[in-house]
Amino acid sequence: MALDKYGIAKRIAQEVKDGYYVNLGIGIPTLVANYIPSDIQVMLQSENGLLGMGPFPTKDKVDPDMINAGKQTVTTIDGAALFNSAESFAMIRSGKIDLTILGAMEVSEQGDIANWKIPGKMVKGMGGAMDLVASARNIIVAMQHTSKDGQSKLLKTCSLPITGLHCVKKIFSDLGVFDVLPEGGFKLLERAPGVSVEDIIQATEGMLIVEGTIPEMKI
Amino acid sequence: MINKTVTNVEEAIHDIHDGATIMFGGFGLCGIPENCIAALQKRGTKNLTCISNNAGVDGFGLGLLLATRQIKKMISSYVGENHEFEKQLLSGELEVELLPQGTLAERIRAGGAGIPAFYTPAGYGTEVAEGKEVRVFDGKPHLLEHWLRADFSIVKAWKGDTAGNLIFKGTARNFNPMMATAGKITIAEVEELVPAGTLDPNHIHTPGIFVSRIFQGEQYEKRIENLTTL
Repeated sequence: MALDKYGIAKRIAQEVKDGYYVNLGIGIPTLVANYIPSDIQVMLQSENGLLGMGPFPTKDKVDPDMINAGKQTVTTIDGAALFNSAESFAMIRSGKIDLTILGAMEVSEQGDIANWKIPGKMVKGMGGAMDLVASARNIIVAMQHTSKDGQSKLLKTCSLPITGLHCVKKIFSDLGVFDVLPEGGFKLLERAPGVSVEDIIQATEGMLIVEGTIPEMKI
Repeated sequence: MINKTVTNVEEAIHDIHDGATIMFGGFGLCGIPENCIAALQKRGTKNLTCISNNAGVDGFGLGLLLATRQIKKMISSYVGENHEFEKQLLSGELEVELLPQGTLAERIRAGGAGIPAFYTPAGYGTEVAEGKEVRVFDGKPHLLEHWLRADFSIVKAWKGDTAGNLIFKGTARNFNPMMATAGKITIAEVEELVPAGTLDPNHIHTPGIFVSRIFQGEQYEKRIENLTTL
């Protein structure tokens, strides 16, 4: 069985290490916050100007002046800091963020990512995604492996407008976990529970590298 | 003592002309100058070029000025929540320049800091790079980006004093401090206006020199886009 979005978020949470500053994109990445182990200390960065984002507020603590990049009402944790948008992207561009987790519409075997525009159909804008992918040291992607009509989203080259080139290091899809190799190609590391290597080969258009026995992921 | 106070929103925006370029502070609906936007709609000033991270939502924020076709061009980074915007964009009525959020913030900061241009890695290899000079630093390609300045900057702060000093609250700060520095005329609306000398100078985010006019907004709805609670 392929993972649902919560399953993907749960698996990604294992990549978050003690002491990390982490930026979570909108969508599945936002869910990762719910599964970070309670015994590690992590600072979540929200690019609208908050470091140390806490959980959603209780009803009586809602503050319209305290939102995250997804415009959801949030709280701060002890040690949090507030700042302006230029400072926020200074921390992003200067490589201070340890881990960046983004959603994607497509990723190429070269590590290119497309997640901001569908020509003629959807024009939402790139928000902070282009700054993040151009500068962050460690970019991982949470995504569905295939589109609703079964087309692979792990491609040889992206068909949609690019957000950034050669930047994705690792992919967590509903079918498995993949390294994007510096020389190109998706190296299969783990299978989702009940998903076979054959299923993954069928669902992947880009170059897939399968070496030895592929373990089932633990979540 | 220098006094930047104007009596009301009408006086604050009285000379904003058709065709003006205006920066609007705010991220989503958080930290937007609600009173000035409403007054601009009432006044009907048109052919505006608006620089703002977002374009409001249908019926609130800059969505109000989109609905009345007062905006000719938007310079933003993310416009996802506004159907009127998408409609006018896809039909070609509205001119739009989309920029990476950090590039937008830094272009405004540069405009207010007297720095005409800078290089950033964001957007290299994408549509954003079209027509822009590329230069390699430390083995990595960067794009030349120019400063952004405006005829008017309209910002919203939590507290301000009669000397024009501003303090922001929470994530309502966002683009407001940079925009305050990048307007030929900067208009600040605040929730609470106090006499100069009341605010602790240690706590000022935007020094009054950047602010041309300040007034206390009559009311703030502070609409929440995505109310999320435990």
